[in-house]
Amino acid sequence: MTEREITLSVNGTEHDLTVEPRTLLVTALREDLGYTGANVGCETARCGACTVRVDGEAIKSCMRFAIQSDGAEIETVEGLAENGDLAPLQEQFQENHGLQCGFCTPGMLMTADTYLKDADDPSREEIREAIEGNLCRCTGYHNIVDAIEATLEQREASHE
Amino acid sequence: MSESDQPTDNRGFGDPIERDEDVPLLTGEATYTDDIQLRGTAHLAIRRSDHAHARILEVDTSAAEAMDDVVAVYTGADVEDSGVPNTIPTAWMLPGLVTPQYRMLAVDKVRHEGDGIAAVVAETPQAARDALEAIDVEYEVLEHVTDPVESVERDVPPVHEEAEDNVAFDFELGDADAVDEAFADADQVASVDLRQPRLIPNAMEPRTALADWDVATEKLRLWMTSQNPHLHRMLLSAGTLGIPENKIQVIAPEVGGGFGSKIYHYPDEAVTAWCSMQLGRPVKWKASRMEGYVTDCHGRDHTTSAEIAVDDDGTVRGIRVETHAGLGAQLSQFATATPSYLYATILSGEYAIPAIYCRVIGAFTNTTPVDAYRGAGRSEGIYVIERLMDVAARELEMDPAELRRTNLVPPDEFPYETAAAVVYDSGEYERAMDKALEHVGYDDHRERQAELREEGRYLGIGVANFVESAGLSPSGLAGDLGAQAGGWESSIVRFDSTGTVTVLVGTADQGQGHRTTFAQIAAEELGVDVDDIDVVEGDTDQIPQGLGTYGSRSASVGGGAIARGAREVREKAREIAAHQLEASVDDIEFDDGEFHVAGAPDRSYHIQEIAAEAYLGHDLPEEMDPGLEATNFYDPENFTFPFGTHVAVVEVDPETGGIDLERYVAVDDCGEIINPMIVEGQVHGGIAQGIGAALYEGAAYDDDGHLLTRRMDEYAVPHSTYVPDFETDYTVTPSPHNPIGVKGVGESATIAAAPTVVSAVVDALEPFDVDHLDMPITPETVWQAMGGGE
Ligand code: FES
Ligand code: FES
Repeated sequence: MTEREITLSVNGTEHDLTVEPRTLLVTALREDLGYTGANVGCETARCGACTVRVDGEAIKSCMRFAIQSDGAEIETVEGLAENGDLAPLQEQFQENHGLQCGFCTPGMLMTADTYLKDADDPSREEIREAIEGNLCRCTGYHNIVDAIEATLEQREASHE
Repeated sequence: MSESDQPTDNRGFGDPIERDEDVPLLTGEATYTDDIQLRGTAHLAIRRSDHAHARILEVDTSAAEAMDDVVAVYTGADVEDSGVPNTIPTAWMLPGLVTPQYRMLAVDKVRHEGDGIAAVVAETPQAARDALEAIDVEYEVLEHVTDPVESVERDVPPVHEEAEDNVAFDFELGDADAVDEAFADADQVASVDLRQPRLIPNAMEPRTALADWDVATEKLRLWMTSQNPHLHRMLLSAGTLGIPENKIQVIAPEVGGGFGSKIYHYPDEAVTAWCSMQLGRPVKWKASRMEGYVTDCHGRDHTTSAEIAVDDDGTVRGIRVETHAGLGAQLSQFATATPSYLYATILSGEYAIPAIYCRVIGAFTNTTPVDAYRGAGRSEGIYVIERLMDVAARELEMDPAELRRTNLVPPDEFPYETAAAVVYDSGEYERAMDKALEHVGYDDHRERQAELREEGRYLGIGVANFVESAGLSPSGLAGDLGAQAGGWESSIVRFDSTGTVTVLVGTADQGQGHRTTFAQIAAEELGVDVDDIDVVEGDTDQIPQGLGTYGSRSASVGGGAIARGAREVREKAREIAAHQLEASVDDIEFDDGEFHVAGAPDRSYHIQEIAAEAYLGHDLPEEMDPGLEATNFYDPENFTFPFGTHVAVVEVDPETGGIDLERYVAVDDCGEIINPMIVEGQVHGGIAQGIGAALYEGAAYDDDGHLLTRRMDEYAVPHSTYVPDFETDYTVTPSPHNPIGVKGVGESATIAAAPTVVSAVVDALEPFDVDHLDMPITPETVWQAMGGGE
């Protein structure tokens, strides 16, 4: 198979790499670049554990080839914390016990973080819909919804 | 212990302390098995059977071997020829059990879809997978069977020649004559026939193994997704690879959920290790999700007829249960224990039932092996007794909650010996039940139900009581019943010279928050801040002995070992303190980490200062060895028995059959609560899995024996929108069988939720004369039960 040279910008750092055309974005991130935060739970775009952000949009990185993201701005869970401090959303996941085994968590955080950018006073039901594509087998979701709600409340409080 | 030995300060036990383990999991820093990269790693893929049942005539690997990047291709015959013991042993024997050899790769026949036939090792995972297609297998297809009743009743070719009738065991428990008498004397008899479908655990992280055989030292290092690295070490050593235990290191790094599926010693991880030994280089295997569906052990798979004898006043006289339990194509590790001792012994539920008889026929079928899944055995048993309670209430025209209440074991009867051969430790069943009913507003809902029915709306209220046996012990009893391993747990509690503490324990976390919980236990016993305690799990070279995490044993058995180890350390520290204070040991009190002479608190030594003395070793009591640590093997005197009551309120839509789960209330009693936040998390996750079983999940096979539900869009793992918010509450009845009064909580809610939700849906359908519906209850089932389309 002819290999291709591409550039991926991950959390602000540019990486040049050579991949086969069939290499998935998640494989390139995990195996070629060592960003192992995104996890592989299904390889069929169903579980959401591999969710990362590409040019601002949360996508399942197992459903996209690495070459399709050539030149794109990619954000992974490794880039969420700022200067070594957990981001407010991560803090709320910890405070509200929104994770157990943590395998779904990187994807869940990327989906929730993207949703939170434009969320406006959503109901719990709406939050549940927003994370519907991310499966969690451990938590039963209740505390994840709490964590997302609490992040929004915190944000509102700081705007007031 | 003197009065003042009761730790007075808030050292963490009982506090909702945030989990220490969270930060790496939240930042992507955590290391799961698949995150580990060793230089020179080759990748394994396994060619699996496409047939449910077939004789293997020939396996031609030559084309695959010739492919680019393929390192080696091995068949079952190659494994056999290598001279290793090549057995995946079952860990629980039963009288008359048939035990065919379960090999690492099939040689003569394939017995279920997904059975491993050949192993490809290649330079990249893609190359290994590509080569699978190039292996040519010639089969003679045989008739197959997937249903446990059909497999023993219909004339079909046996799964194993050793069991011509496909019966692996025929198990009985209880007193058949006493039950016959009870049924003859009782006013009424009610019955129910039910199916508990196969469930597929679906831990989010697929099973993965990375093996590294060191040719020079002849030592195997194996990182794997394991719930019990020590058990894996033991079974790999003796049964499968024939390597001494001290030449195997099993490491379970972060494990992304297990729910039972990562307890078992599977062929795949053993093949990974064997390949590394053949090649002298690291080999990695990672299951794809689809591979997981056909190879991770499934759970449940029961077909049951159950009867209950009751008097008109609601007194239950006896129950009689016959179950065909599907075991799949091989006897997995606990496959025999789950549908026998873990199932039949819990059939009394929370009730005083004088006569119980249960027969279980364990049947081989051409399906993925079945083993313990969250709630194993207890879940199936509680489901049976709770469905019986509902059908009996219907028969008697009695409120189902009232019938349950009438038969509860009263608090002053503990320890209570059931007619199903176990002794319940402690319980205040009515207190938990009252709390749950009050919380949900049971009476109001019954009124609302009557009113709504007038309007053609169908509300249902489901109540289930549960008790479970947790901790699977003591070792002697387990041995008498057929266990091939002990039920103890081991810990090392070690102070270092600077006063910080390391706790090493043989349990293994898969998201339960052991590091935090166990630190809280040690902090409580030692009077040391939780932040000064480090908990280490999951590495057999660091932690010499252990048995792992399953059967809700970690807090009670692992926690018990830690508490006892910490107490031993504390007593040694007390002796050193007495020496330093020039007082007699009996006069030394321990308070909040400080030792002082009774009545003279001014001069004291903190246990962390004593630790420094212990390692200096300059001035210790005569004949005392330096150091401050203890190794403890804790073998509990009995199981613990968590319990509780769950209530669900549903409304079903007669137009669509849709089920709206309006409320879900759980009142659990898991004994003393170490960390309420973590306990709640366990309950939440458990409820979701129980609701999943009741309404969404269930494996299905087609007529060719192929698994139909083999993808995440075919097998309905609940999404966030499938489950409601949960309302949880607790009562606390400490277990007298445990050093810290805990009972365990990992499985309770899964056990409770399935009968609760089924009960609620069936209750909603009472006007349509529906007594029972099998899981998963889909809108279609409901719609048909309501006469839809007629
Ligand atoms: S691994 Fe990408 S969605 Fe599951
Ligand atoms: S925390 Fe385990 S899958 Fe979500």
